Amino acid sequence: MTFLRRLLPHPYLTLLLTVTWLMLVNGWSLNSLVFGFLLGWLIPFVTRAYWPQQPRVRAPLKIIEYILVVFYDIVVANIEVARIVLFKSNANRTPAWVTIPLDLRTPEAITVLAGTITMTPGTVSADVSAEGHALLVHCLDAPNPEAVRDDIKTRYEARLKEIFE
Amino acid sequence: MMVYALTFAFGCFALAMLMNLYKVVFSDQVADRILALDTMFINAIAVMVLYGMYLGTEVYFEAAMIIAMLGFVSTVAYARFILRGNIIE
Amino acid sequence: MDQFLEITVSVFLVVGGVFGLIGSFGLIKLNDPMSRLHGPTKASTLGLGGVLLASMLHSILAEHHVSFHEIMITLFVLLTAPITANFIAKVHIHRHETPKSLPDAGSDKLWATHDIVPDDRATDEA
Repeated sequence: MTFLRRLLPHPYLTLLLTVTWLMLVNGWSLNSLVFGFLLGWLIPFVTRAYWPQQPRVRAPLKIIEYILVVFYDIVVANIEVARIVLFKSNANRTPAWVTIPLDLRTPEAITVLAGTITMTPGTVSADVSAEGHALLVHCLDAPNPEAVRDDIKTRYEARLKEIFE
Repeated sequence: MMVYALTFAFGCFALAMLMNLYKVVFSDQVADRILALDTMFINAIAVMVLYGMYLGTEVYFEAAMIIAMLGFVSTVAYARFILRGNIIE
Repeated sequence: MDQFLEITVSVFLVVGGVFGLIGSFGLIKLNDPMSRLHGPTKASTLGLGGVLLASMLHSILAEHHVSFHEIMITLFVLLTAPITANFIAKVHIHRHETPKSLPDAGSDKLWATHDIVPDDRATDEA
């Protein structure tokens, strides 16, 4: 088991890289499968010193729900931002900085949360605090910053906490 | 009908790229210029994909993917140069 | 069936073009630098997504096979857009904001961009 672990430090990454290679080739053949697997084995093996720990996922099925929620929100976000850009004058807009205190602790979960915030309605995550206990978020149009903070905490952070911790 | 839609999309992205170029040239902030260049990369990918559709070949997808990757790397390199004063430590 | 697919492709193309245009228009119209980040990161991504979706349907319509390159480009742009946005925001904070002009960082005192260790700079230049 430990030998296998040393040979395949990140099995999921290997799988992901193999599938990525097959999609890059844009077709299915045994040659490309073997070469993709070779790349998928070599890349994690060479770079294993940079990520010694495997990220842990507690509830894999919740990921699907999370992805669906985020995709829906991306479409809504775009329509919302387009409306603000086209029909709201700069004087009527109230941009604001919002601090979001984090309950998440693992770096993977915080990264996913920051990415999600950037892709969803009217918010861009700008920075993380020095020790990683809070996120700095900029809102395009937020008359009520507290509502934005609570929305992010209940809609995304609670789901991510179930998935990762 | 699809030809009209293609032409319309071409026009939209061409206009978008002109706007980005305007911002790259006439902006007083470095962050804005980086952002405009990054948006220009995204629009360039879109124009490339549209051109591939127009000609009916798949050759242009490789080019579009390379532009996507180079765009990301170059934006990160610009930003890092301004943040840290160098790119690779 | 072909007619239906062609209409769908056209709709995606038009929607993609409009969103791409709005994203770049936001870059010019909005008046403060942090707000300008919002337009391109979101609208342009959906604009590109629309075009890529149209292209994918088009390859099914014209050549009768599924092309995976569009999915790759879409995923790549979706994954990298937040990272570039974050880097550009950091550049803005580095050059134009001070710890006083940003909201309180809670128990950590400083935001990461302002938290530069003095030694770090020295080794960088060495």
